[in-house]
Amino acid sequence: MGLEGIGARVVRKEDKRFITGRGKYTDDIVLKDTTHGVFVRSPHAHAKILSIDTAAALAAPGVIAVLTGADLAGDRIGGLICGWMIHSRDGSPMKAGAHPAIAHDRVRHVGDQVALVIAETKAEARDAAELVEVEYETLPAVVDPAHAMDADAPQLHDVAPNNLIFDWVLGDEAATDAAFANAAHVVELDIINNRLSPNPMEPRSAIGYYDPSEEHYDLYTTSQNPHVARLVLSAFIGIAPEHKLRVVAPDVGGGFGAKIYIYPEETACLWASKRIGGRPVKWTSERAEAFLTDCHGRDHVTKAKLALAADGTFLALRSDTIANIGAYMSTFSSATPTYLHGTLLSGQYVIPAIFTNVKAVYTNTTPVDAYRGAGRPEATFIVERLVETAARQLGMDPAELRRKNFIRSFPYQTPVILTYDAGDFEGNLDKALAAVDYAGFAARKAEAKARGKLRGIGFSSYIEACGIAPSQAVGSLGSGVGLWESAEVRVNPVGSVEILTGSHSHGQGHETTFAQLVNERLGIGMENIQIVHGDTDKVQFGMGTYGSRSGAVGMSAIVKALDKVEAKAKKIAAHLMEASEADIVMEGGELKVAGTDKKLPFFQVALAAYTAHNLPAGMEPGLKEGAFYDPTNFTYPAGTYICEVEVDPDTGKVEIVQFVAVDDFGRIINPMIVEGQVHGGLAQGIGQALMEGVSYDPQSGQLLTGSYMDYCMPRADDVPSFKVDHVTTLCPGNPLGMKGCGEAGAIGSPPAVINAITDAIGNNNLSMPATPAKVWAAVHAA
Amino acid sequence: MATISLTVNGKAVSATVEDRTLLVQYLRETLGLTGTHVGCDTSQCGACVVHVDGKAVKACTMLAAQADGTTVLTIEGLATGDQLHPVQAAFREHHGLQCGFCTPGMIMAAVDMINRHGGPLDEATIRHELEGNICRCTGYHNIVKAIEAASAEMAGLRQAAE
Amino acid sequence: MYQTTYHRPSSVTEAASLLASAEDVKLLAGGQTLIPTMKQRLAAPANLIDLGKIAELKGITVSGGTVTIGAGTTHAEVNTSADVKAAIPALAKLAGGIGDPHVRHLGTIGGSVANNDPAADYPSAVLGLGATVVTTKREIPADDFFAGMFTTALDEDEIIVRFVFPVPEKAAYAKFANPASRYAMAGVFVAVTGGTVRVAVTGAGSDGVFRWADAEAALAGTMTPAALDGLTADASAMLSDIHGDAAYRANLVKVMAKRAVAALG
Repeated sequence: MGLEGIGARVVRKEDKRFITGRGKYTDDIVLKDTTHGVFVRSPHAHAKILSIDTAAALAAPGVIAVLTGADLAGDRIGGLICGWMIHSRDGSPMKAGAHPAIAHDRVRHVGDQVALVIAETKAEARDAAELVEVEYETLPAVVDPAHAMDADAPQLHDVAPNNLIFDWVLGDEAATDAAFANAAHVVELDIINNRLSPNPMEPRSAIGYYDPSEEHYDLYTTSQNPHVARLVLSAFIGIAPEHKLRVVAPDVGGGFGAKIYIYPEETACLWASKRIGGRPVKWTSERAEAFLTDCHGRDHVTKAKLALAADGTFLALRSDTIANIGAYMSTFSSATPTYLHGTLLSGQYVIPAIFTNVKAVYTNTTPVDAYRGAGRPEATFIVERLVETAARQLGMDPAELRRKNFIRSFPYQTPVILTYDAGDFEGNLDKALAAVDYAGFAARKAEAKARGKLRGIGFSSYIEACGIAPSQAVGSLGSGVGLWESAEVRVNPVGSVEILTGSHSHGQGHETTFAQLVNERLGIGMENIQIVHGDTDKVQFGMGTYGSRSGAVGMSAIVKALDKVEAKAKKIAAHLMEASEADIVMEGGELKVAGTDKKLPFFQVALAAYTAHNLPAGMEPGLKEGAFYDPTNFTYPAGTYICEVEVDPDTGKVEIVQFVAVDDFGRIINPMIVEGQVHGGLAQGIGQALMEGVSYDPQSGQLLTGSYMDYCMPRADDVPSFKVDHVTTLCPGNPLGMKGCGEAGAIGSPPAVINAITDAIGNNNLSMPATPAKVWAAVHAA
Repeated sequence: MATISLTVNGKAVSATVEDRTLLVQYLRETLGLTGTHVGCDTSQCGACVVHVDGKAVKACTMLAAQADGTTVLTIEGLATGDQLHPVQAAFREHHGLQCGFCTPGMIMAAVDMINRHGGPLDEATIRHELEGNICRCTGYHNIVKAIEAASAEMAGLRQAAE
Repeated sequence: MYQTTYHRPSSVTEAASLLASAEDVKLLAGGQTLIPTMKQRLAAPANLIDLGKIAELKGITVSGGTVTIGAGTTHAEVNTSADVKAAIPALAKLAGGIGDPHVRHLGTIGGSVANNDPAADYPSAVLGLGATVVTTKREIPADDFFAGMFTTALDEDEIIVRFVFPVPEKAAYAKFANPASRYAMAGVFVAVTGGTVRVAVTGAGSDGVFRWADAEAALAGTMTPAALDGLTADASAMLSDIHGDAAYRANLVKVMAKRAVAALG
């Protein structure tokens, strides 16, 4: 490992602009003649739009246009799409209702777009938005997924009777039921996986700009995947042909899934720019709008059970879930509760029979889609709560029950599609047990009791599947796109390098880790490497960043391109040094003839490639190579998390006194950045477990958690310093042996926290978020 | 309309703004100082923290008119030329930022916190003092480490200067 | 935010005459509640009178068994005042727990008390210490000042000038913060002043800050946390919301009261 190469703790190249206030986020961009858009939004969860009167708004100062769903339909702009087809158990395709960017005849959740007011200033647009008169006929609303399929529930979309989008199954139901029938022990749980608001700190923002002279569109947007946005806006929504649309995602202030999707607002701004004759239209979300319109995450209602033999051997697992999709199907909403969820129900364990049924339903709520972890936190919560509960029911140590059932040989084919390729689950557990001082827990519990505090410990041995994914495999499962990644390595004549990547960094530090890879391979200093991303005019194509895929998939594409660059450089070097190509080795930024003192610095080879004065016969000039990498499998990060809490029985307040995370991410490029990813994921998982939860009024469908006054974000004094460590088994499926690290923290931590609290209070009946009020009630119900 | 004159990052500026203009709007939209961010509407996230007359305030919860006659320091004015402020340097050294959006407010809050307390700060104090700043990326772990380190370094610098 | 006209008087007299002459006015003290409310368009005053530059509203003085705090004094100033810390440490501590450091640099005692948010901290100190609210028109005893959520005895043309706090023998404040907003879910201020016990509760009551008479009676007998063991705060008078129902808040009131008594020393 060099000072800046793979494995080094390199400080981030991108930091300087952020710490000096010179980051460039979408809202920071001011194009000439920019206009400002403000959306009129539905105050009702469910209503018919009877009429819209825009006259007063149009007459207000500064107003340029007031656009409605009728205008959108008149321009034949298509609706938003869900890009992953799921089939029900009866073979029928999912039932996706129409999703216009601006509602036309009906609104289906509070915050649904009804009109777009465009004015010279944002204040004027907002003033005028209040003058748009919308006449509604309100309809009854349903927000609770458990009641969405009730006979008398209000219906959201005609295409989806009983609000049922799909009724999906995975696994062998007969074998599973048979195993339960013969099991010595059955453990059952009712689980609500609470609805969350992702809350990247940068609110979404978009600037649409149509240049009439070129008939060309630019969209600046807070996106995790600008190329996919361009594809959807072109091919499906039909605003512009792909070659006439440039999408730029500049600095993006966090995503966590919420910025994967193609949203109504950016669609409307892009379209509106042409409508008003080619002035830029800018919209920036307020936080209140973000709570109403950024896709939410989770929101599952599940019945789950685990069958065990008398000695604690796992026999079977079954879960039946209702997944809330919200009012419309967002871009990847169907994949999250199905293939990203049901496939993980084997956890780290040998479970011979598994069956799951997921019914996805519409409700009058904000659309739900992938949020950090996406389906895998829900699966992990089911498995790890069942296992911990089983240990308690059987009187076994929770660590030892896990150890007894761990998968130990690889590859391991689970009963739910996935083939785990590598792992050391026992190694993770042992390292975590040592770090937490498990042996000393009893004494710590006794000491806490003397202070009037209830101390508990909880485990979570998670596994997840990320680095999505082999294109052929996801295609066969319903994905509308392939999930490869592309990269281009441009070596300049002076030997400096630009890497163009289809991955997108919105906090992950790609400008540093990707450069470390180049440094390792080509021996070039970090200052001579530039990572280019987030602009469809610069990068040919890419699938973006989500599902912990930038390392395992994005960097693998760079490796492939670097391989080609290296091969060509070696050919040129061999030619120049009159040596055999097979004898050329590349190290420390030099190409050397093995066994001799002949060598050439890399930059001279680069220069030779561009002067082209003396190249091997028939070789094209230049040194620039591109590659597409399609993964052969998911990667399988796994780990054990242990949480230790103290509960104040008088107030129900939970303090996390210790949190240990041991993860196996395979090859780590930059430990500092990987640890940072874990820390952030843990805080989000702890947030889900202890404090975060989107809440709607069950009758009116009004959002009750519409600001940080009511939606509880983890703050610095809510979380501890974390003890983070690693076990390493290399992923055999990609050239660097990497596994994804972006989501693990959020996937593994919630069950550890809830297991710890329920251990402390001696009451296993506790739902997330475990707020002080709920914990207090549970303490006193125990 | 209100006519205001103030000093921003060492430069005298004046402008005529709508009375309803927030300080953060004036900084971002009129002066182009886009390092100060807006992350919420309810005065909680702290992405907009700047110093007014040497004290950390939320620029989204103050009218530009109220800032008339004051001295304002934003993230853009914190470094001295190419010389980063010790808190800026510590955030980079300790990976106290990921997406960077909350970072300007975090750094301005940290500088204020260290100035008020003097001396090296412990973890509990730092976590409590960060009550008005929300970060979604870092889990706060490395922000706390960065401020710990910067507070120790600044205390050392003060001592050396005395 | 809607359009508004900003005024910045330099004296209380000027502020009072502006207040009397202008229509549809709000006084802008620290603005830490009013400005977010205006941004959300939940308040839309045509005129804003900024009290922030009036010197006579600022400052802290201690004399003759009282602490006098100007209405324009910020939470940070009360929190760090050596005089307040020496005379009524519980008040300094309470001020240091309001909002966050940035809010405390601008938010003022006058603004907080005049707004009388049912979850604000200061009303419990004003009521618990039996302070006097001095306005441009009169002196109002704390017991007559608070009139339910967001409601006070202040007339529309009246401005709070200062607060006069009697220095208690002992006082303590214990607060359980709402996990999201960090406002009080239950804040209990216990004080013994001139031999009299007062227990004021904020955050929990459905009608704003109130004195808990049963607790005062119990503590008048024995000033120990155990003296409250037999009491139950009246849940029917408590707020109930997504953060906690009335029974939970009633419990918090008792627990915080006991913790405040324990902290009296």
